[in-house]
Parts: sequence; structure tokens; C-alpha cells
Amino acid sequence: MTAVVYGVLYLCAAVFAIACVARAVLYAKAPIHLRWELYPVPHEEAARVQHGGSYFEQLDWWKHPPSFNLAGELSFMVPEMLFLKALHEFNRKLWYRSFLFHFGLYLLIGTVGLVVLAAVLTLAAPAAMAGSLGLVLHWLYMITGMVGGALAVVGAVALLVRRLTDPDLVNYTTPGDLFNLCFFLVAFAFMAAGYLLRGPDAPGVVHLTAAWLTFDTSIALPGLWSAGIVLCALLAAYIPLTHMSHFIAKYFTYHSVRWDDAATANNPKIAAKLAEYLTYRPTWSAPHVTADGKRSWADVATTNPWEGGKK
Amino acid sequence: MKAKIRLSEMSRRDRVPLTHVAKEELMPLPPPLQDPASTPDWKPLADKTKGAVECGLDDTCALNIPQPKTKEEEDELVKKFLSGLDKLFTRENNWTFLQPLVLTMEHCAKCQTCSSACHIYEASGQNEVYRPTYRSEILRRLYFKHVKHGGLLSAWQHGDVTVNWPLVARLAELSYRCNLCRRCAQTCPIGADNGLVGHELRKLFSMEMGISAKECHDNGSVLQLKVGSSTGMSSLVVKDNIEFIDEDMTEKTGVKVETPWDVAGADVLLIHNAGEIMAWPENPGAFAVILNAAGITWTLSSELAGYDSINYGLWYDDAQFARVAIKHAEAAKKLGVKKIVLGECGHAHKALSVIADRVLTGELNIPRESSMTLLRDIVMNDRIKLDPSRNDFPVTLHDPCNLVRLMGVVEPQREVIRKICPQFREMWPHGVDNYCCGGGSGFAIMSGNNFQDWRFQVAGRKKLQQILNAFSDCLDPSIPKYLCAPCSNCKGQFRDMLAYYDLWEKNKILYGGLVELIVNAMVDVKPGFIEWEWH
Ligand code: SF4
Ligand code: SF4
Repeated sequence: MTAVVYGVLYLCAAVFAIACVARAVLYAKAPIHLRWELYPVPHEEAARVQHGGSYFEQLDWWKHPPSFNLAGELSFMVPEMLFLKALHEFNRKLWYRSFLFHFGLYLLIGTVGLVVLAAVLTLAAPAAMAGSLGLVLHWLYMITGMVGGALAVVGAVALLVRRLTDPDLVNYTTPGDLFNLCFFLVAFAFMAAGYLLRGPDAPGVVHLTAAWLTFDTSIALPGLWSAGIVLCALLAAYIPLTHMSHFIAKYFTYHSVRWDDAATANNPKIAAKLAEYLTYRPTWSAPHVTADGKRSWADVATTNPWEGGKK
Repeated sequence: MKAKIRLSEMSRRDRVPLTHVAKEELMPLPPPLQDPASTPDWKPLADKTKGAVECGLDDTCALNIPQPKTKEEEDELVKKFLSGLDKLFTRENNWTFLQPLVLTMEHCAKCQTCSSACHIYEASGQNEVYRPTYRSEILRRLYFKHVKHGGLLSAWQHGDVTVNWPLVARLAELSYRCNLCRRCAQTCPIGADNGLVGHELRKLFSMEMGISAKECHDNGSVLQLKVGSSTGMSSLVVKDNIEFIDEDMTEKTGVKVETPWDVAGADVLLIHNAGEIMAWPENPGAFAVILNAAGITWTLSSELAGYDSINYGLWYDDAQFARVAIKHAEAAKKLGVKKIVLGECGHAHKALSVIADRVLTGELNIPRESSMTLLRDIVMNDRIKLDPSRNDFPVTLHDPCNLVRLMGVVEPQREVIRKICPQFREMWPHGVDNYCCGGGSGFAIMSGNNFQDWRFQVAGRKKLQQILNAFSDCLDPSIPKYLCAPCSNCKGQFRDMLAYYDLWEKNKILYGGLVELIVNAMVDVKPGFIEWEWH
């Protein structure tokens, strides 16, 4: 039984990692698209970020060296990632629910990190963990775990209620959307119940994690807690397979689309990519495109089917 | 509250429109248009139209797609649509927008944050069909089902959709109920982009099925590539017209106005939206006055498309877009100018400066600059003498989406206006948070059937509200007011919309460009350049 739980954990961790990487690679390998930025672009010079301006506001903009305002970008990204700033600004009602849920998840991710750290330290430096470091880590993961779990559950229930009751969402809610939220709730419920009711003989989380890391199957895991662990592992593996992997997508929607204002002039990397794309052979069928699968984009773009007044 | 129109209704086989836009349900307008009964009535679609073309979406019709006669014809069209759908998601056919499109397809959280940002949805009284995600959700379901070949599990996760001709025809129309202003995208916490969905759908219809708005394609990009301008003006005609404008401007300003043509090696190649030359000759005339007075070496080009900056392909077709952008760059290259400066046309700004930046490779990537920036330099550095008291009337500024939200040119025009217009007042919100005029993405030139009613009652409504609010303290017709719109398409929309609601006659709200305000304040020019006459 313990070995099966370990196996599921390993497998799900692998699926999570592979699926995340695969998705990121898929998006990263997509061709550089035509520019499609949306202002404000926060890496613009600070004075221009204020009003959402771009380098096009400068006379002879191409004569100025390109600037990159990292502080501006970070001051947008950090509040967005931690506190869902855009939602706070544009959809306050939803933000209350979504923030609870997401912040709860962040705390739970932190809990997992702390528990793994404690387990590694227990294996590598047991003496250090026996002292105050062990105690500090214990309280840290207990607090983040409890608070994170509570926030995530309250947030998920609030989101579920909204999905079920808000007439604006009816058209756009699929059974899968309801399942996703229910999956979170069920997995967390089993995990919490399993952990809290695990009994005096059951291992603690750090002990369990250390055993998992060393594939020590000698510990006995109670059934309810095993179910909780397995469900949470399956949930983690499931997330990157769905639209909930927006934590990956957001990197691209912001950096590669909304904020991609890189000019082609003096940018050999972009120029090389464009040269490649212009050799692609489109197959669009409308006659005016003049694409037959043999002619390249460069041919199509430099063809004027109406040159000289032709029909 | 209006009943929510289900997504599945898009596949309804009858031709009864999915929704009806009733005047009373629309977003209320401020005075003097607060009473819906005092606003114009919506002209119903003619029975002949309803019997011949696809108009099963709402009360209007933008595309005039002929109704197929047989089931076989319908099936063929659906097959074509699905083949286009596939192509939309391949590198070879759509490297231009594949990455943002896939991201939008796969990651919308369906939170509807974007809905309240959309002026069309809001102005329509939150009509479900006009919700930014309505068309996106249809495309998303089609993507998972037909491109990703999702089965039952996918339908359960992403939702199902039945593809048939009525759905395809409605989706085509629906792609022309969005101004592509991308205000919705600005608010999306994920970074999904419903404006892009509208754009990509239009592309699919145009590039695979040959379906597009006649005004954008046949009378737009095709005409431009055929004779040089979507106005139909050849280079000979345009030169004639400019000569006439020069004479007129000389008389009007008391300053000799001469427009240079095809000057090799000039510092600036100015490209106007040629619509200005036809409809608002004082705009190119004012440019000439300013550039000459500032001592700038500039020129117009008489090359094919070199004298018309419009690029309607931006809104519906990558091939047409690239062709026109290349023509613009070739005209500049041929003259060996130092830079191209775009006149007062928002979409031309974005098309050539931003979007075409990754089409114009090598020597064709000639620097492009906004006229707003150049004008700011001239005005703020006192290169011409100005007297702001000549502009002592209420002025507000419209931000063209393409110039502002989508290109980041926000302050130059404001600096100019603040300097020369003592009664300047902003609309709210403004800058990158502005609302579209309602004419964006080609609507300003589209007026078939009763499309204008939709354009002024729905698409332009939010902007109308902003304009009336900006002038709420001076609506009295004894006070002439100036709505500054540094964009040809926006001006087209304002001309028609202000006339539709009779706001010039009743409230003396005039519209115009930025350069007219500058020349109106020029000390060396006869006073009264702005004539306060409807045009
Ligand atoms: S596009 Fe963005 S804001 Fe709109 S529903 Fe999807 S995730 Fe929400
Ligand atoms: S792009 Fe503009 S018009 Fe289109 S859905 Fe978004 S906000 Fe509405």
C-alpha cells in the first residue's frame, strides 16, 4: 500500500513536471508573431509607463538606444503574481474569491516546499533538525498548511457557488469547470481529514516525505490519508493538462504578446526568424491570396494580383 | 433582464435573428439624448435582403453572404470553413498570429472580466451575443473539437458545439460586431485576447472562403492595389486634388502653400490617409502649412499606394495587409527618404509602424514615425508662432485605439493641445483606457443595409456618451465645441454619428483633426482657419 502511494506520487510529480515543461516548450517554440503589443507596457521608461506611452513618442525613436525598465516590469509582475492585481482592478467581486483560492494555493505550495526541506534536512543533518531549526520549520509548515488549506477551500467553495449561480457564467461553464473546482475540494478534504485523523502511530508529514524520498516502505500509512495524498498528487498532475496551467501561459501572454515591443531594425535574431517564416508555403484557398502550397509567403506578399488595374 | 442567448443557438437552423436590439434596452445616453424616443429609429432590414443573404444574427447585416441554395452547397461551405479553421492553427499559414491565438484558445478562465470593458457589450444593454467571449467561446469549442480532434472527454472539459452552415454564417457576421479595439484584452487577468479572435475569424473567412466586407476588400485593399488608393484616386488625380488644396489653402491662410511631390532624399515622406484629401482637404492642407513653416524637408509620393496610408488588410487579411505595407515601404525606399511620417490616421499608424515591423525586412524596414511626435516637436520647440487665444473654445480629444492603446502614442498630441487650447478637457476614461469611436476595424467605412444604425446606436454609443459628458457644461448651441480626433476613420465615424443625432445643428459640436487646431492658432496665418461649418 505504501509503495503504491509512493509510486503514484513519483508518477504524478513526473507528469506534472513533464506536462509543464512540454507546454512551456510548445509556446516558446511557436513562431515570433507579428507585433501585437498592448499599452501600457511596463518595461517602458518610467515617465512613459505613467501614461502608457511607448518609445514611439520620441522624435526619431530609432536613434535612441532601446531601454528596458526592469523595475517597472517587476512592479507590475509581483503584485500581479502575488495579489492578482488585474482582477482586483477590473473585477473586484471575483477577486475576493479568486484571491483567497490562489493565495491559499501559494501557501500550500510553500508548505510542500518547507516539508521537503525539513525532510531533506532530517536525512542530511538530523542533529540540526532536532533543535530549534526543526521546531521553526515545523511551525512554519503547520501554519502555512492550515491557513493555506483553509483559504483555498473557502475560495474554491466561493468560486463554485459563483459558477453555479451567476447568470453571466452559465453559457460558459462546462461540466469540466465544475469538476475542476470539486476536484480541489475533494482532494483537500481527504488530505485534511486523513492528516488530522491519522492516529498516534502514523508518521508525521516530514517523516513520510523523508521515507518517500528514500523509498522506505516500512512506514504504515492510514487508508484515508493515503487517499488524500493520492488525490492531491493526481490533482497536481491534472492541472498542467488543463487551462488551469495559466500560470505558464501568463508568462507568454504578457512577455511574448502584450509586452513584446522589440523592433526588427538592428535585431538580427528577429530578422533571421522572419527570413525563415517568409519561406513557409501557405495553402489558403481564397484566390486573391494566390497561395498554392508552392509559393512562399515572400512570393504572396510581393505579388500584386491587381497590378496595372488587372481584375 | 434580457434572456441569455445560449451558445448552442448559433447552430439554430431557422433564419430568425438570434437577437433583437431594442432602443429601450440600450445603455442610456446623457442629455440631450436621454430620451430614447428622441433618437432616430432603426431602419429594418429589407425583406429582399432577408430572403437573399445571411442575416440570422441580429437586426443588421455587414457581409451580405448569399444564402446557399442546396444542402450540398451548405456542406461545401462548412467543409471549407473547417479547412480554414485547421489552417488558422498551422505555422505555415498563420505564423503571423499563431502563438497569441493558441494562448487565447487554451487559457481563457471564462471569468467574464473582459465583458464590462467592452463598449459594444455595455452599450447594447449587455446583449449576450455581443459579449466579447461569446464569439471566442464558439471558436474555442471548434478548436478543441475540430483542430485538436477532441472526443467526449474534451467536450466535457471544454464544452461542445455543433458546426453547421447557420453557425458558420452567424460567426462570420459576429466577427464584424467587434471593433478589434482590444480594450477587453487589456483587462483580462490571463492575457487572453478576444479582439484577436475577431481578427483571426475575419482572416479565416477572407483568406480561405473569400468572405469579407466589400468596403474593406473590393472597395478597399483591392482598389488600393489596383489604382493606388482605396478612394479610387490615381496618382494623377491625387496630384490634381492636392494642387487644388494648395491653392485653396494659400487663399485661406494668406501664406503660400506648396506641396512637394516625389522629392528624392527628403527628410520626411508624409503619407496621408487619402480619404482626408477627398473629405477633409483642410487636413492635408494644414499639414503642408505647418511643415513648410517649420522648415522641414518633406514630400508626398505618387507611387502606387505611396500617397494613401490606409491598410485595410490589417482588419481582415494578412496577405492584403503585407502587400500594402510593402508598397508603402517601397515608395519610401525609392525616394530614399530618411523616414516615413504617418498623417492623422490611427490604423495606418499601427499597420505600418507596429504590425508591419515584422513584415518589412532588410532595406524595407525604413523608420516610421507618428505625425503626433513630429507635431509635438514643432509646437513645443516653438518652431512656429502660436496664439492659443485663437483656440479659446471647448475642445476635447478622442484617443484612436490604434494610435494609443495599440501603439502607445498618448502624450504628444496632448502636449500640443494643452499648449494651444485653453479650454481643453479630457474625456473619461482616456489615454490607453479610452473607448473606441465605434468606427474601428472598418466600421467607419461600412454602411450597407442598416449597418449604420448598429454603428451609431450600439458601437458608437459609449463614445457618444463620453463626448456629451465632456461637453456637458457647454451644450448650448451658442458655444461652438471642437471634438479633436487625429484619425481619419474616427473622423468618418464622428461625422456620420454627430449628423445622425443632429448634434451639430442642435448643440454645435464640430469634429476635426489636430493640425487644424494648430494652424488655427498660427500667428502668421489669417485668423479663422477653422470655419465652424459642417463638413
Ligand atoms: S478572456 Fe480573460 S477576462 Fe475574458 S473570460 Fe477569458 S479569462 Fe476572463
Ligand atoms: S476588441 Fe473591443 S469591441 Fe471587440 S470584444 Fe474587445 S472590447 Fe469589445
